[in-house]
Amino acid sequence: MSASASPSPPVAPPATWTPRIVAFFCNWCTYTAADLAGVSRLKYAANVRVIRLMCSGRVDPQFIVDALARGADGVLIGGCHPGDCHYVEGNYKMLRRFQLLRRLLQDLGIAPERVRLEWISAAEGERVKAVINEMTAQLKALGPLGLPEKFESWDEEIIALARRAAEAAPADGDAPASAQPEEVHV
Amino acid sequence: MVSSSQEVRIGFYVCHCGHNIASMVDCPEVARYVETLPGVVLSRDYKYMCSDPGQELVQQDIREFALNRVVVASCSPLLHEHTFRKATAAGGLNPFFFHMVNIREHDSWVHTDRAEATAKAKALARAAIRRVAHHRPLEVKQVPIHPDVLVVGGGIAGIHAALTLANAGRKVTLVEREPTIGGHMAKFDKTFPTLDCAACILTPKMSEVGAHENITLWTCSDVVKMDGYVGNYTVTVRRRPRYIDEELCTGCQECISNCVYKEPKFVDEFNEGLGKRKPIYIPFPQSTPQVVLIDPEVCLNFKRGVLTDRCKKTCVEACGDRKAITFTQREEIRELQVGTIIVATGFQTFDVKRAPQYGYGSFPNVYTALEAERLVNASGPTGGEVILRDGTQPKAIGIIHCVGSRDKKTNRWCSRVCCMYSMKLAHLLKEHSGAEIYNFYIDIRAPGKSYEEFYDKLNEEGVHFIRGRVGEVTDWAMTPEEEGKLIIRVEDTLAGFVRRIPVNMVVLSAGLEPQADAQEVRRLFNMSCGTEGFFLERHPKLAPVNTFTDGIFIAGCCQGPRDIPDTVAQAGAAAAEALVLIDRGHVEQEPNTAYILPDCSGCKSCLPLCPYTAITFDATTHRAVINEALCKGCGTCVGSCPSGSIGQNLFEDEEVFSEIEGVLSE
Repeated sequence: MSASASPSPPVAPPATWTPRIVAFFCNWCTYTAADLAGVSRLKYAANVRVIRLMCSGRVDPQFIVDALARGADGVLIGGCHPGDCHYVEGNYKMLRRFQLLRRLLQDLGIAPERVRLEWISAAEGERVKAVINEMTAQLKALGPLGLPEKFESWDEEIIALARRAAEAAPADGDAPASAQPEEVHV
Repeated sequence: MVSSSQEVRIGFYVCHCGHNIASMVDCPEVARYVETLPGVVLSRDYKYMCSDPGQELVQQDIREFALNRVVVASCSPLLHEHTFRKATAAGGLNPFFFHMVNIREHDSWVHTDRAEATAKAKALARAAIRRVAHHRPLEVKQVPIHPDVLVVGGGIAGIHAALTLANAGRKVTLVEREPTIGGHMAKFDKTFPTLDCAACILTPKMSEVGAHENITLWTCSDVVKMDGYVGNYTVTVRRRPRYIDEELCTGCQECISNCVYKEPKFVDEFNEGLGKRKPIYIPFPQSTPQVVLIDPEVCLNFKRGVLTDRCKKTCVEACGDRKAITFTQREEIRELQVGTIIVATGFQTFDVKRAPQYGYGSFPNVYTALEAERLVNASGPTGGEVILRDGTQPKAIGIIHCVGSRDKKTNRWCSRVCCMYSMKLAHLLKEHSGAEIYNFYIDIRAPGKSYEEFYDKLNEEGVHFIRGRVGEVTDWAMTPEEEGKLIIRVEDTLAGFVRRIPVNMVVLSAGLEPQADAQEVRRLFNMSCGTEGFFLERHPKLAPVNTFTDGIFIAGCCQGPRDIPDTVAQAGAAAAEALVLIDRGHVEQEPNTAYILPDCSGCKSCLPLCPYTAITFDATTHRAVINEALCKGCGTCVGSCPSGSIGQNLFEDEEVFSEIEGVLSE
């Protein structure tokens, strides 16, 4: 961790920066569609890392939050079209959670384009290509989300604040326990 | 077996897949990189991992290096996961200590930058290495297969599949929505290229279905619901009334001749509306079952489908003691238990009115190919004579190919059969009328046994072939010779100029389309459709009759346009696939079921989420309980449990979180 006391200012991304997208694809439709894109030798941006789940209904909101917190610039969820879910209605359950989570993320200042839910059937290899390319372009325009770096700079900020509070504290009194810098987490 | 508490020893293999992966991903570099990751004992790259030596390598390494986890980076797990699970098991490990990384379909085949593709392969491999450490040994469940089979659709595909299974001693229920089986093939006069009569080869099979002790034939019936899973499907069928007791009707047809309507008056669907029938009728002489039916929309004893009892009922008198006519028959809902299902719901022909430039509906002498088929049929409305709607006989006939095929404005695909059936109709129309025949084609597609020879034969017979997509069919005459005729305007792309060809009759070779209700049928049986709307096979080459739902197979034109020989071959394949399941007696199911952890708080929020009602609430323990037999392993309850108290085998939270961490920790 850097010893600098002031929070680091936002830095422009290096020229080589490209967004990192974590994708959760359901086994039956979207994962198969991505396989079809491969078999059809469609070409798309290499920014996406697919994690296979049986159903989009399995996507725990924590997966999305965790991916963003660990440095993903965007999260893509792919499921079967409404009415086509292999498990009847897992995609609807995902949709409900997704609406809530997206509002929450928006309130936290995360652009809605960063988290995307797409219905892509097993026949829509073209759609996989289009969505990934489009999302990559959008995220490039938005720039890095950089949550891990932000967490670090917030840590530094809080540590600095705690130090300042300790220095300003009356010489005769003990510093309050909450100002101990070692315990700070975000 | 290795317990999960032991030290993790991972073997990693990256496959070149010949050049498929190696040309875009630096496989040795990926192997070198993975070797540095924690838990990895050995890391290799190999030319073909799925080959026998590749699998043998995994087994040897497990023994030699005491591996307890295996990761293979190669193609899609949908293709080879089971191969490597088997190899892992053969090496002495639980097969679920294996994990697969897709660096072909999801990487080398879709990217163009070698550095990016290699970086992606490393990230995906890293995720798998982290994930596989959390894997636990799992047991495969065996589910018994109910031996009975349901075949949906009684065209040639359904007939052949049902007969194959019934001859193998299986009980089959064949459900057909029309009053008779036979499908489109029953309407054809002859079949290409052999010109053997369609009825002569089809109707014996139809009667065999009707008489077979192992086949239950339900016509006028639709499947309305399907529940269950492979081996144990519960199917609900609606049997619509035909107002005739099928058991009592002998097919003597005396009721038809004694109907109060002395002459046939109503549109005859079987003859494509070219002929007439009575309110009590049999679709065609060889209908199976040989049972008449009453059309309540036009029968005098009904008024718009509602029984009024106002007719003299001369048909009932004629039926006499047989008492087969039952006006009070009601719709019945029947339930069936089957283990496997073959869907053979066929196609519909392109609605030629969608190509208005060809004048169907405006000019009476423009026919669809199916209508032409009925016109040349000896049991058709004209007894096989080519008599047009205006009562004349044609001297020149134009056959327009590719109507609703190979056309960006309508359907882009080639319907595969139209070239051949157009040539067959050309031959038959020439034979029956002596007229000059002009074929207008884009390309002649005759790829089949004796098909090209048939084309040659037609050329020798003096049938004209003009290459060019027809611009329009018009009755606007420019010369006295064109008066009263239909003029086909076409650019002859071989001669290099625009021609006007006057004819008396135009036949439109309509393409094949998915059935209008294909989407509903697809949902009913939990299948997928391709972009054009035909049912999607599990693999276009290696699993052409399988669907993504185990135990449900497809055959015939519902999967895509094809001719009769291909349809029959596919129906046989579907029957064989069903027999594979039945004869083995059980299926193995992925152990990816969900289970409740001890810290469940009993909030019950998961209960309504499960579409299979696999979750119940145990009032004594105040916890939810998951019935493993009912759980299908979607994980929806796992993803939404507010206290994280539901686990899912193969997709545990820590497994997914470690994958997320893995793909991002560069």
